[in-house]
Amino acid sequence: MSIEVKNIRKAFGNFIALDGVSLDFPSGELVALLGPSGCGKTTLLRVIAGLEQADEGTVLLEGEDASGTHARERRVGFVFQHYALFRHMTVADNVAFGMRVKPRRERPAEDVIRRKVKELLELVQLDWLADRFPSQLSGGQRQRIALARALAVEPRVLLLDEPFGALDAKVRKELRRWLRRLHDDLHITSIFVTHDQEEALEVADRVVLMDHGHVEQVGSPEEVYRHPATAFVYGFLGAVNFFHGRVDEGSVRVGEDHIGASGGDVAQGAEVVAFARPYELDIVTDTDTKDGVAARVARVLSFGVTARVELDGMNGSTGQHFEVELTRERALALNLAEGQEVRLVPSRLRVFERSAVAAAGVVVSR
Amino acid sequence: MAGVAKNLAHPASDRSRFENNPATREPPWVKRLILGLALTFFAVFLLLPLFAVFAEALRKGWDTYRVVLTDEDALSAIRLTLIAAAIAVPLNLVFGVAAAWCIAKFDFRGKHMLTTLIDLPFSVSPVVAGLIYVLIFGAQGWFGPWLREHDFKIIFAVPGIVLATIFVTFPFIARELIPLMQAQGKDEEEAAVVLGARGWQVFWHVTLPNIKWGLLYGVILCNARAMGEFGAVSVVSGKIRGETNTMPLQVEILYNEYNYAAAFAMASLLALLALATLVLKSWIEHVSRRDYAPVVEGKTS
Repeated sequence: MSIEVKNIRKAFGNFIALDGVSLDFPSGELVALLGPSGCGKTTLLRVIAGLEQADEGTVLLEGEDASGTHARERRVGFVFQHYALFRHMTVADNVAFGMRVKPRRERPAEDVIRRKVKELLELVQLDWLADRFPSQLSGGQRQRIALARALAVEPRVLLLDEPFGALDAKVRKELRRWLRRLHDDLHITSIFVTHDQEEALEVADRVVLMDHGHVEQVGSPEEVYRHPATAFVYGFLGAVNFFHGRVDEGSVRVGEDHIGASGGDVAQGAEVVAFARPYELDIVTDTDTKDGVAARVARVLSFGVTARVELDGMNGSTGQHFEVELTRERALALNLAEGQEVRLVPSRLRVFERSAVAAAGVVVSR
Repeated sequence: MAGVAKNLAHPASDRSRFENNPATREPPWVKRLILGLALTFFAVFLLLPLFAVFAEALRKGWDTYRVVLTDEDALSAIRLTLIAAAIAVPLNLVFGVAAAWCIAKFDFRGKHMLTTLIDLPFSVSPVVAGLIYVLIFGAQGWFGPWLREHDFKIIFAVPGIVLATIFVTFPFIARELIPLMQAQGKDEEEAAVVLGARGWQVFWHVTLPNIKWGLLYGVILCNARAMGEFGAVSVVSGKIRGETNTMPLQVEILYNEYNYAAAFAMASLLALLALATLVLKSWIEHVSRRDYAPVVEGKTS
């Protein structure tokens, strides 16, 4: 089922959680709502479920305006961060709850319910836990039961609020893969909220990046990672180096140094911040070159497949820290020593105006 | 108060670990001194009076005991106490659950005010509470003339006693439930709603089972206070023998008449009620601790 939200606004007192959000979730996709805490992603999910009333705007489920529909009639499955299993019921009773509270004429017979519960528990591979209580289950098991419970009412859409947020790293990773497989089998339109960019990029068909109640970018994981639309997205998805400077004839001037960059549509003389990922920077040991930004090597970490070099900025970027990722071979060839002066040359650079960057709150001001 | 919620915060294992750990253990004499002090206090101020009540009550033998308790005035006092409790406790049960529900699960203006006001009966002297009702419903009170015209007695009659009892026992159940419900949050209720449950289904199948032990605990404390209340009831009762005397009032009257055997016999019933309450209370604490047993987190599935 498709979901569409139009111009949703929601404020809690003075805090604006959602500021005119419009989004379209096509049928059968698994979409991640990604953003830092307080960006409004959970509020949006709760508005779609009907657990929160939007101040303005409409929610369309299957093209129908659902703004006036009570949460219990929207037929959405909701999975909570802290599972919200009914603690006094067994696992089987938890899963059966949604079927048992139906009005009498819609309620399936008890043996139908029991069969359905068994099927669902087999689906989440936990049928052997049917008679246990939630407190006797591990976190990962509980979240799978919560998912089975949500699926029991045959929801038209599945909403997951930080479903793996309360789990430890290993279980998280397992469940992530498991959720993706489950979605491929069921093809139910699903939206899940997360603040973990790796999780979003790995699991979702599409990623919606949110910040301060706005949608920053919508796209496939590849798209948003390779082509971040805003400074916020760039900074949020993965590690980043940034250079404060001024646009000067097609390059960025950082203090005394120049870094070559296609200035793009940024005006001549504008205050800018240039972004580069750690693997988009190269280290040049020949300090006579005019290219790049001067920096001093602080630490070389070369225990992995790739080597990481941490550097301190000099001249125009004093007080800043940079991180460069090199292949091991390249690092060995450079033979860097701590305290050595080098120059950083970006192979790829994205330039954003200073004011836009400050608004996104990505860069810590110096 | 807040016993059930409190039990959750302090598992017994922490205490014994603290005690058995040589790094945190106190020297034996400190332990003995503190224990000795506590036990002496307990014996002198609690155990001795309790023993005295039963000893005095039974001093003239079982037969006297039975006779003074089956006396007409005595039976009437017992009946009135039971009636007052039977009305006050269910009313406060409904109010307590409703108040706790709205304080724990909703945000609204004046919530803090309501929470504070619920405690008012605890902070006001019971005598003042009784006087309030005399001022409102008494012969010279606001509604006095109107009540007299319609031939309806509140003060110096059963309705006044019930009102005073309700006022005094007002906070017990709400105070017990609010921290419990706040700790449990509203996730489960929201989950139930999304799964299609109606309001009463949510309450009956989700909320009530989660608070049942706290609720029972509150009811028992509320009941004990309702039956034992003296101050507020004494002001509005008028102490008409056989009509408006509750058990605690009866004890006082008999004592003032130097009828010690009867006074202590009645007092022994109240003491028995207290003991029964304590037994029930610790049983509930035991059972609820088992039900809310801490959960092993972070196990790999």
